[in-house]
Amino acid sequence: MRYAPLGGVKVREALDMIMTAAAFDQAVRLLMLDDGVFLLKRGQRPEASGLKPVAPLFEALALYDVEDVLVERESLQERQLTVEDLVIPVRVVDRADIAGLTAEHDVVISW
Amino acid sequence: MATLHLINRSPLESRALEDCLARAGKGDAVLLIENAVYAAVKGADCEAVMESARGQVTFYALGPDLEARGVKTSEIAEKICVVDYGGFVDLTADHQPIQFWF
Repeated sequence: MRYAPLGGVKVREALDMIMTAAAFDQAVRLLMLDDGVFLLKRGQRPEASGLKPVAPLFEALALYDVEDVLVERESLQERQLTVEDLVIPVRVVDRADIAGLTAEHDVVISW
Repeated sequence: MATLHLINRSPLESRALEDCLARAGKGDAVLLIENAVYAAVKGADCEAVMESARGQVTFYALGPDLEARGVKTSEIAEKICVVDYGGFVDLTADHQPIQFWF
């Protein structure tokens, strides 16, 4: 996921797809890159703007056994974030390892 | 198998190309389609970032999308392989996974 929250229904659609795949016993990994790391930022309160928060959706991932959520170290650093700022536990990976990680998967879906 | 990266946004309106190249692996292919084909033009702003990725990845551009935008063969940077729709299909068959950088 590479885009910040509040950009439309993209996040909800992505999570629907992830949870559906996981419900059908597919091994799912989630990788947050670029502005996608903002999706996991604590303290988002978009309700006053009439929007639904996305953090509870990510917190629900563990219920679907999607526990391998990866976040790129450089994307966090570029946005002044650390893992303590995020709503769920994540595994931090280096940018240099993304290519190898990508190659390990049969299917990559981008949002 | 190497990864095929697909980019469809103009390099002047989106960071998709740079974001992709920062994570592409050695031997990967990058196919420019739709407005991303403007990145294939000789002397484009993104030429330096593409140059730095040469040797690492192979660049392709979709011919019909170049033609639709009036970009002539003579305007395209060297070392960019122009492919038709059949070539697009071959690239998808020869690479795995396929990653889209919207």
